[in-house]
Amino acid sequence: MTEADILLALQEVTDPEIPTISVVDLGIVTSVSVIDNVIRVSITPTFVGCPAIDIMKRDVEQALSKLGATEVHVDVNYDIPWSTNRVSERGRAALLKHGLAPPEPYIVSFELDVLNDTACPFCGSRNTTLKSPFGPTLCRSLHYCNKCLQAFEGFKPL
Amino acid sequence: MVIKDLLYRLADDCLIIAHRHSEWTGFGPLLEEDIAFSSIAQDKLGHANALYKILHEQLGEPNPDTIAFNRSEQDFKCCQFVELPNASYDFSLVRHFLFDVSELFRWQMLQESNYEPLAKLAVKIHGEVKYHVYHAQTWIVQLGAQGNEESHSRMQTALNTAWPYALGIFEHGADEGALITDGVFAGEDALRSAWHGFLVERCAAANLTIPTDATPMLGGRKGYHTEYLKPLLDEMNEVFRIDPAAEW
Repeated sequence: MTEADILLALQEVTDPEIPTISVVDLGIVTSVSVIDNVIRVSITPTFVGCPAIDIMKRDVEQALSKLGATEVHVDVNYDIPWSTNRVSERGRAALLKHGLAPPEPYIVSFELDVLNDTACPFCGSRNTTLKSPFGPTLCRSLHYCNKCLQAFEGFKPL
Repeated sequence: MVIKDLLYRLADDCLIIAHRHSEWTGFGPLLEEDIAFSSIAQDKLGHANALYKILHEQLGEPNPDTIAFNRSEQDFKCCQFVELPNASYDFSLVRHFLFDVSELFRWQMLQESNYEPLAKLAVKIHGEVKYHVYHAQTWIVQLGAQGNEESHSRMQTALNTAWPYALGIFEHGADEGALITDGVFAGEDALRSAWHGFLVERCAAANLTIPTDATPMLGGRKGYHTEYLKPLLDEMNEVFRIDPAAEW
């Protein structure tokens, strides 16, 4: 068993609130090791108060328990903090497929003004308006597209 | 131990403001504001929980549920500001603004803490609080400078009412000197100075005048609270007290 096998198995574990994206592509898996048939994985929440983290921890443990390791340890910690820059290219495509505008990538830090011209996930236009930085889950914001006249949700840069 | 005292102050502020914000769920003046206050409440509750976990896992305190739901009023170290009832939306909004600006600088400063669990958490929380401040200041400017006479007057009145309590955020803890010399936290006075500088600029943009003759409302950090904390705790703990050993 290798670290690649573990990451492959974790491709099957998805975010319960966005079922098109795996925990790996979401970027919440921050370290993976297998030594003497003992698996150790660290995961970190997108937002500190994310209510889905306990469910994802359980799902990760269940997926890894099928690999035949002697022991599986899954730890939730903040050693490597999650940011939206950790979402993979495949993850960004998965968000779009779910109808969510992918987060704007940033270098070092970001200004929240970037939320004002988030690209519409339906028509691609940047002629959009931020309606609220808070949406149906902690990691989403609410927008309106002035071109195709549809409300949409975005994945907030963090 | 000074770190414990600091963590209780930080966490209790988050827990109590979370409860107050959650009281807007279903009652916001607009759907978006209902969602915003509810989301901020959820973030704050997460911050409180993460801090209680450090107290439990690293420093031998009881588990987070017990800490949150099974302490008496005088054991809480929150500032009095977060306990005050929501009153109307104007006061809630101004409190959210003044409190979250302090949180923004507090978590920025705590990223430099030499207490590693706190420094790591601070990186994460700081990014989230940016959104809280962004939300509050959008409305403060809109109602203070871009609304009408009534909205401006209500914002200014709320600011005047909130200010003495907001100054109570920066009441010193049990051993402020030790926190600073040990490199755990740069201290409430430094925080207050950064907070004030930011607010001078932002309140001017909102056409609001900062009160100059306010006396800080102190006591919360030492366990002396307003008449409003006890009823809040009674309500918050009501379900827990029915069966403290229940598995959820």
